[in-house]
Amino acid sequence: MRYNRWFTPWVLVIPALVWLLVFNLWPSINTVILSFTNAKPIGGGHFVGLKNFETLLHDEQLRWALLNSVIYMVVCLPFLTVLPLLLAVLVEKKLPGITFFRTAFYTPVVASAVVVALIWQWILDDRGLVNGLAEKLGVISGPLPFLSDQWLLLLSAISLTIWKGLGYYMIIYLAALGNVGRELHEAAAVDGAGPLRRFVHVTIPGVRGTMILISILISVSALRVFSELFILSGGKGGPGGRDNSVVMLIQQYSQGFEGNLGYASALSIVLFFVTVVPMLVLARLNRRGAEA
Amino acid sequence: MSVVTDPARPAVAPEAPKSVRRRRSSGFNSVSPREKVARYLLLVFVLLITIGPFLWQLSTSLKGSGEDIYTRIPRLLPAQPTFDHYKEVTDTIPVWDYARNSLVVAFLVVGGNVIGASLAGFALSRLQFRGRKIVLGLFLATLVLPGEVTIISQYVTVREFGLANTLFGVALPGMIGALNVLLMYNAFRSLPVEVDQAAVVDGANAWQRFLYIGLPSVRGTISVVAIFAFIGAWDDFLWPLIVLTDPNKYTLTVGLQYLSGTFSNNPRLIAAGTMIAFIPIVIVFATLQRFFFKGVEEGAVKG
Repeated sequence: MRYNRWFTPWVLVIPALVWLLVFNLWPSINTVILSFTNAKPIGGGHFVGLKNFETLLHDEQLRWALLNSVIYMVVCLPFLTVLPLLLAVLVEKKLPGITFFRTAFYTPVVASAVVVALIWQWILDDRGLVNGLAEKLGVISGPLPFLSDQWLLLLSAISLTIWKGLGYYMIIYLAALGNVGRELHEAAAVDGAGPLRRFVHVTIPGVRGTMILISILISVSALRVFSELFILSGGKGGPGGRDNSVVMLIQQYSQGFEGNLGYASALSIVLFFVTVVPMLVLARLNRRGAEA
Repeated sequence: MSVVTDPARPAVAPEAPKSVRRRRSSGFNSVSPREKVARYLLLVFVLLITIGPFLWQLSTSLKGSGEDIYTRIPRLLPAQPTFDHYKEVTDTIPVWDYARNSLVVAFLVVGGNVIGASLAGFALSRLQFRGRKIVLGLFLATLVLPGEVTIISQYVTVREFGLANTLFGVALPGMIGALNVLLMYNAFRSLPVEVDQAAVVDGANAWQRFLYIGLPSVRGTISVVAIFAFIGAWDDFLWPLIVLTDPNKYTLTVGLQYLSGTFSNNPRLIAAGTMIAFIPIVIVFATLQRFFFKGVEEGAVKG
């Protein structure tokens, strides 16, 4: 059945479609085109063949960035799949004041990454809260260089990302928990299953699909990290530029007279393939699990 | 702590004999007092972790210049509370201009998404037309593509439009997000077809059905889209950092980064600056949170 003239739906869809074509689809094609040029941020540039991709192979900073990305992903994954689920179970029960706690737990998500990174920069400062307290308690004799040591800086940024992500994934789990039938919990309880066993045998299988989705979201966003590392390292990418992420390198090449949009585009293509891998792996895992 | 005990059910251990399984005796929906205490203790613990850093920053921003902020025994409450650092930050750096710039971008993005995404979402879910599936597929396909991958060529596009280094250029690409179109599509789809058919019988055209039947039933999702669009635009850092070169046009996040470089030796000033960027977004979210959580329950965030 049709209730409208043929062009009515198109009138409604066209603004969104134009945006999609101009700001999503065309840029994805143009990224590939640009990667074969040496386009400058201010304009101009010409075809350079495979030169950018040859440079990629010998780019030591890119190698560090990729290693950092993998570490970022591997550390974030377990923490951000498990902790938010526990939080969701904690705030699921409608106790008095629970809305306040839910909102409060979500606050780090709402704040800008720049804001929270600047807050953590001060907390992790040589003379900041963490070092001050640890020294007072006699755990350490001198301040730990959270922001200037290559590995500690990476670890600090990872902890920041985990802290900021807790509330976000908690909310997604919370929505999923609502779909786990209460009857299952009741039946398990009648059979004498304690809270822990019910969590393992009822809750986790019930949110399995969401868990896979969340793992994909975590992996992709860990590989795309920018603001946390950028701010914590003061925009410098750590000692010798060894704490860069791929997106930080893209940003560096996007600016100034030294900038090279062609090379930045080649890096973008690397980023695309890097983010596609965990998506494919986890999607396959999901399908296999569903068949079993 | 007053929150831990509920006056109606004081936190006294239940007198039930040990042989009775509490979980069964207390019923499934009620929570035993002991569990309640444990839950509130955990909630307060997590609260300290999530909110503590913000409070610490707020406290630093209010501490007087003569106060030792590096003290080994941290003090949360400032001994000489003062707003001087807020004044100094706003005097040295045009923070209010940055805030206005962020607000302009955020309003453009919210407006564009609310209008553009609900129109497209309505057409894709409620109207039959050839090519509908293909259009829908295109929107879905872009979700696989992280925004950072196309950010460089997006910049080239915006530059070609002559919008590099303008606030409109910052707002433009995000004004109709593919994800928001899909969220609205999903929301409109849950409305029964019979309602539409009845409206057609009554002589309502597509536009009237959109305004009077569609929109009122998806308010929850629209508020989620609006809230997320606002937060996303206000918090965005990488894109304005790439587009804007003129310090007068900086948005708050880019301005803050600039500020942190300028005042790296005075944490009080940086703290004041971060609070200026943080407090508005918290107020916005706190006021709108009930719409947000309602939208979550309606299924707007299920992905």
